[in-house]
Amino acid sequence: MTSVNLLILVCIGYVALLFGVAFMADRMAARGRSTWLRSPLIYTLSLSIYCTAWTFYGAVGYAARSGLEYITIYLGPTLVMIGWWWGLRKLVRIGRSQRVTSIADLISSRYGKSTFLAICVTLLAVISITPYIALQLQSITLSFETFFAADPGSGYSSGSSVFWVASGLAVFAILFGTRNLDANERHHGVVTAIALEAVVKLVALLAVGIFVVWGLSGGVSQTMARIDASEIGAWQVDAGRWTTITFLAAAAFVCLPRMFQVMVVENDDERHLRTAAWAFPTYLLLMSLFVVPIAAVGLEIMPDGSNPDLFVLTLPLSQGQDGLAMLAFLGGFSSATSMVIVAAMALSTMVSNHIVMPIWLSSRGGGASQSGDVRKVVLLSRRLSIGAIMALGYFYYRLSGGGAALASIGLIAFAGIAQILPALVGGLFWRGATRTGALAGLVTGFVLWLYTSLLPGMGSMMSGDFLALGPFGISWLRPQALFGITGLDPMVHSVMWSLILNATAFTVASLLSFPSPLERLQGAQFVNVFDHSVGPRGWTGSVAQSEDLMIMSQRILGANQAQAMFQSEAKRQGADGHLPEPTPAFLERLERELSGSVGAATAHAMVGQIVGGSSVSVEDLLAVADESAQMLEYSSQLEIKSTELSHTAGQLREANDKLMQISHQKDAFLDQVSHELRTPMTSIRAFSEILRDTDGLEPSEKVRYATIINNEALRLTRLLDDLLDLSVLESGQVSLDIRGGILAEVLDHAVSSALSGEDAPLQVHRVTDSENVALLSDLDRLAQVFINLISNAQKYCDARDPAVQIDVHQQAGFLVIDFIDNGSGIAADTQAMVFEKFARVSTDKAGGAGLGLAVCREIMHRLGGDVRYLEGQAGGAFRVTLPSRQPNRQPSHRAAAAQ
Amino acid sequence: MGRKVLLIEDEPNIIEAIRFLLTREAWEVETHSDGTDAVEVIRASQPDLVILDVMLPGKSGMDILRDLREVPELAKLPVLMLTARGQVRDREEAEKAGVSRFMTKPFSNKEVLMAVRDLHAQATQS
Amino acid sequence: MITPPEDTSPDPPRATQALFLERQSYRRRRLVDVARLLPLLGALLLLVPLLWPGESTGANGGLETPMSTAITYIFAVWAVLIFGAVLFGIAARRWGGDTRRADTDT
Repeated sequence: MTSVNLLILVCIGYVALLFGVAFMADRMAARGRSTWLRSPLIYTLSLSIYCTAWTFYGAVGYAARSGLEYITIYLGPTLVMIGWWWGLRKLVRIGRSQRVTSIADLISSRYGKSTFLAICVTLLAVISITPYIALQLQSITLSFETFFAADPGSGYSSGSSVFWVASGLAVFAILFGTRNLDANERHHGVVTAIALEAVVKLVALLAVGIFVVWGLSGGVSQTMARIDASEIGAWQVDAGRWTTITFLAAAAFVCLPRMFQVMVVENDDERHLRTAAWAFPTYLLLMSLFVVPIAAVGLEIMPDGSNPDLFVLTLPLSQGQDGLAMLAFLGGFSSATSMVIVAAMALSTMVSNHIVMPIWLSSRGGGASQSGDVRKVVLLSRRLSIGAIMALGYFYYRLSGGGAALASIGLIAFAGIAQILPALVGGLFWRGATRTGALAGLVTGFVLWLYTSLLPGMGSMMSGDFLALGPFGISWLRPQALFGITGLDPMVHSVMWSLILNATAFTVASLLSFPSPLERLQGAQFVNVFDHSVGPRGWTGSVAQSEDLMIMSQRILGANQAQAMFQSEAKRQGADGHLPEPTPAFLERLERELSGSVGAATAHAMVGQIVGGSSVSVEDLLAVADESAQMLEYSSQLEIKSTELSHTAGQLREANDKLMQISHQKDAFLDQVSHELRTPMTSIRAFSEILRDTDGLEPSEKVRYATIINNEALRLTRLLDDLLDLSVLESGQVSLDIRGGILAEVLDHAVSSALSGEDAPLQVHRVTDSENVALLSDLDRLAQVFINLISNAQKYCDARDPAVQIDVHQQAGFLVIDFIDNGSGIAADTQAMVFEKFARVSTDKAGGAGLGLAVCREIMHRLGGDVRYLEGQAGGAFRVTLPSRQPNRQPSHRAAAAQ
Repeated sequence: MGRKVLLIEDEPNIIEAIRFLLTREAWEVETHSDGTDAVEVIRASQPDLVILDVMLPGKSGMDILRDLREVPELAKLPVLMLTARGQVRDREEAEKAGVSRFMTKPFSNKEVLMAVRDLHAQATQS
Repeated sequence: MITPPEDTSPDPPRATQALFLERQSYRRRRLVDVARLLPLLGALLLLVPLLWPGESTGANGGLETPMSTAITYIFAVWAVLIFGAVLFGIAARRWGGDTRRADTDT
């Protein structure tokens, strides 16, 4: 017989091994040498915390009592796993992209980061799971007792052993579950230890099974025969329970906080699901393979009245297989400890993030950045939460007194936690699910579960009369026969009503309520997570103080990590210092980073405190942007579109401005043309009427008036010519007659044309040597420009002996011809205007209606040169520039000439 | 008779035509070609009638007219305005500014003479 | 509850290999259909034993289904489901690169 001391020694040794493994794994992960720690195998094995002591020991007992029904507990998760493409993939993706820390965080995050909803889920989870933890403690105690019963001299006290077990587990969970704050930085140590325990419990159960089948029964067929001959040898299953429990197990598999922890939060790589999808069902199959044989053989061999829940342990013991019994004990011990540790971790994260931290934050009031070290507070609150949860489990165990009342608590816990399912599934797949709906469903389900399942299940809480007659004798409110429907299995009854009404309340309330923009945004992000796993757009953050954010982040993430993050962000933004600009993208990243530590709602609130109510502004912004969910969900597309739109609007405005400007110019031009045409016509009409109507005019007068008429007619002609010229030049339809020639000849022609018929022609000074330059241009047009400039000098030069100097020189590949007169020149403020249409250089002399220079400029532009006013000369000066070209080397010669 | 007209116009040929017409009707014709100091010139020369071009260098005829009407003793001075632009809005603007008669170039000589006579008659009767 | 085939939608067809891609993504979609049907099929198959005569229904001893038959059936179904999941896992791994890109890109 195994001595108690040896057992305790083995136990301590095993726990020490677990500590060692967890420690080593954490060390390796810290050094980055942890590739196998992140393998799909470890992931799959960590999922096995689904199999608790309740299933390790209890499955055999369950089978001994109810035949194959126990298997539904495994079939549910199997169906969920092989259907991973449907749901789990999405769940894991969302969990990772939103940096979700717990199931409560997920629900809260989905429904607009609602703190209240998170608290509800947390409370529900704590109330459901606490009895479950008590159940684990009980199973450990029972297994201890079994050994101690065989060793009467040990002086064993079950009470103290439970206390020590609970304390030990709490210490383990605290040591390895709260080492690093960020829940999204995986707990490699814990997960690896759990994987080890998963192997131990599988091996233990398989060993006992193999011993039973081949050691005790002599092979498979004999075992089958023995099973058929046993008390449970016939297929007898309640259809309602069969389907209900399968469904319940499937639901709980997804909703249980500890499952969410290992499946989503601790998930390193979404692709692990592919392996786990078949590997975990295989694990479950192996775990349940020998349950019926063990139960059947146990029922046959073990004395009447022995507890079937402990057959796994007592069968080997009764056969003198102490070593096997020890292995079985370790398997059960592993099942219980791994569940308790992870459950405590998961629950503590929820309690700390959603209950303790919000209360602490609001009690500080002043804002996250001014208060003490948040990091320490979070860690402390999480550790205290683990302690408190373990204490709850312990006291629950002590108060309930253990025994049969606890045995049924497993399914009751499942039913409780399954109340999250409608809100979860609805949140993942239905955009219309709202916070109000989730709340209504949860509360409805929770109350019904409490009333129909938990309280009656706890035995002492409800009197027999209450159960039989209903509250105050209202029969249709009987906890196990609601609405007068009797005869149902209490379990089926409770699950049916609570989940149906839960889902109904959830759906109806969702349909009737209207979600806030933030909720709708989150809803779209969750439901369409595969379309955009970018993370929520949370912040507009124009007023955020980087420094305050830095201080707050240091307190939560730790100084080094926060500084590293801020520096990398600053570098990415191209800033020099350590503080990046609080861009929306950065604030989002920061919020996600923080939410890994303190949960989405808290992180949102903390950043919000510093950024200054941006949460509200986002909602406002989104609400204003558009009411349609379509617009909200594609807000990024909307952004692109709106910039496009404003860009287009800008272009339109520009185009419109240009049109207006052109229209104004056209009006002004028409005004000018009208004026310039009417002025000579006025003179012509006036003098022609004078000539016609006036008798006795002197002959000299007649001549003079006829001359005026003639001049004004010429002026009109010139004006019309210029107008036509200009319109042709400006429209680009001008055809240039490019020819070779000599500049001197062009100037000769221009001077003689400009000065012909003048009574007092001005002096023209030229340097004929420099003028002997070969040209390739439209010589007629060029001459037109020269004529215009010389005529201008003739008309406007106000010197007593007007003269114009024509200078020719080469400059930077250009031929430069300057026309400088000896007059007073043009005032600086009008120099810029002289090339505008109808700008008159001087008002002293008539007939200078200024289209001439405008035409000149157009011509010169066409010829590839320019004409401009030359400042800083003694008199009025114009400079004509022309690209100097050699006629025989000009390739465009023929092409241009061909025009 | 001492009838005096002040012609403010910058086109020499038009000045010559109008001077010819009015001199034959026994008007004393003074001329001025710049808009800038037109109001002072009018005040100084004290004409019985002003013929005012709209497009003048320095200051537009419209502005001159408005400033003229600000001066109390010149408020009722008959002003005949000539414009080469001849758009409807110009006429409206001129009437608002207090013009006595508005004519578009090119004008017929008879019209100008009639207008001058009318305006002078009205001014002397009242 | 049925999600649209998020990342299984065909890549935008490229002119040169449109046919190939079409066929590949079509097969992928059908494979996903099978993967979706697998849990439903499993649930149906696991409901079948409820139709068997049991102790409660058949009091006339001989008609009862023996436990060994039930165990064999259920574990066989279980194994088939696991096998299906293995096949789909392998297939998913083969276009794993694609899924990953499609998943993360969009």
